[in-house]
Amino acid sequence: MKKLLMALTAGALMTGSASFALDLNDPEEIVTARHGYMLMMAMSLAPLGAMAKGQAPYDAAQAKTAAGNLAALASLDAAMVWVDGTDAATTEDSFALPEAFANPDLRAEKQAALKAAAIELASAAGSDVAALKTGMAAVGAACSDCHKLYRKPESE
Amino acid sequence: MRRLIRLFLVLAPIGAILFWLITRPSPLPADALAGLVADPAHGEQVFWAGGCASCHMAKGATGDQMLSLGGGQRFASPFGTFIAPNISNDPDQGIGRWSTQDLANAMLRGVSPKGAHYYPIFPYASYAKATPQDVVDLRAYLAGLPAVATPSAAHEVGFPFNIRRSLGIWKYLYFNTDWVVTGDLTPEQTRGRYLVESLGHCAECHTPRDALGGWDRTRWLGGAAIPGMPKGRFPNITPGKLDWSEADIAEYLSSGFTPNYDSAGGHMALVVTNFAHLAAEDRAAVAAYLKKVPPVTP
Repeated sequence: MKKLLMALTAGALMTGSASFALDLNDPEEIVTARHGYMLMMAMSLAPLGAMAKGQAPYDAAQAKTAAGNLAALASLDAAMVWVDGTDAATTEDSFALPEAFANPDLRAEKQAALKAAAIELASAAGSDVAALKTGMAAVGAACSDCHKLYRKPESE
Repeated sequence: MRRLIRLFLVLAPIGAILFWLITRPSPLPADALAGLVADPAHGEQVFWAGGCASCHMAKGATGDQMLSLGGGQRFASPFGTFIAPNISNDPDQGIGRWSTQDLANAMLRGVSPKGAHYYPIFPYASYAKATPQDVVDLRAYLAGLPAVATPSAAHEVGFPFNIRRSLGIWKYLYFNTDWVVTGDLTPEQTRGRYLVESLGHCAECHTPRDALGGWDRTRWLGGAAIPGMPKGRFPNITPGKLDWSEADIAEYLSSGFTPNYDSAGGHMALVVTNFAHLAAEDRAAVAAYLKKVPPVTP
C-alpha cells in the first residue's frame, strides 16, 4: 500500500512537472516569448513616456537607464522569436501576419532601424526632456513601421 | 390607364428636371480664391494634416517615397473598389496642369476640372470645411512634389454607382459644411475641430454610416465597421469610450504609443506618421477637441 501510494505520488509529480516543462519548439511558446519581448520594450518605454507627457518629473538618470534597457532589447538578434509557423494564421494567440515571415531580410532591416532609433534615444535621453521627446517619436515611428506591415489589426 | 399615362407624361419631365437640378455639380464661383497669396511652406503643414500621402502614395511607401503621389492603392467599400488616382505633379497622368481653382473645386466641392462629381471616398465631405487659404497653400506645395508617370486606374464600381451624375443625390442628402461640434470652444478646441472635422478627416473612418454611406452625425466619431472586414471596427474615439488623457492622445499622435506603449497599427499608423509632422500645439488641439465631442456610448 505504501509502495502504491509512493508510486502514485511520483506519477502525479511527473505529470505535474511535465506540464510546466518548456518546449522551445512549441509555436505557442514562441509566440509567448515574442509577446514577452514586445512587453519588455513597452515596460522600458513607460517611464520615458511618462516624462515626455509631463506625467512624471524629468529624471535624467532614470531616463538614461530606461532608454539603455530599450536599446539593449532592440539590439538583440530577434530572429529567435520570429520562427516560421508561428503566424496568426496557424497559431492562436499570434497577431503576426504571414508577411512578417515571408521576407526575413526586410524584417531584419526594420529591426535595424528600431535598434538605431533606440540607441539614438539612449544617447539623448539623459540630456533634457526635449531631446527625449524627439527620440521617443523616432522610436515610435520605427515600432509602427513594423506594426503597419506585420501586425494583424486588433478589433475594438 | 390613359389617365395613368397622362400622369406619367406630366410627372416624368418634372422628375427629369428635378434630377437634373439636384444632381448638377456646383463648382465654386470664379473669384472664390481672389486675392489669396500662396505660402508653400504652410502648404506642407496642410499636406500632412490632410493626409494626402496616406492614400495617394504607393502602398507601404516610407520617407521621401511618401511624396510620390502616383496612386494605385485599392480601397474596398460596399459600393465597389476604388483605386486612388495619380495626384503627382505629372502634367499628363497627374494633376500637374491643374489650376489652384481646380484643386479648390475638388476639395471644397467634390467636383473635377471637367465638372464631374468625385466619389466621396475622396474625403471632400470633410475637406469642404477647409479654408480657401489652406487649399491655395497646398496647391503651391503639391506643385513642388515629384512627377510620377503612372496612369490612374479606373474604379471598379458597378451599376448604379458608376453613374457619376447620381452622386449629386448623395451630395444633396449628405453634403454639409456645418461644424458638428458647436458651442463654446476655446481657441485650442476650435483649432482641434478644424483639424479633426476638416483636414484630418477623422470622421471618414471613425463615424458610422447609413446604407447610402452618409454619416450618422448623432454618433459622431463613435466608431464604425471596417468595409470589407468581417471583424474589427474603427474605434469609438469619443469620451464615451476613449478615456485617455489629453497628454496621452497628443503623445499617441506624435510617437504612435498608446498609454500602454503598444503602438498604432493599420491605417492609423499612417495618420500618426502624418500628424508627427505637425506642431505639438496642433496635436494638443486635436486632443482638446476630442474631449469636447459628445460621448457616444459603446
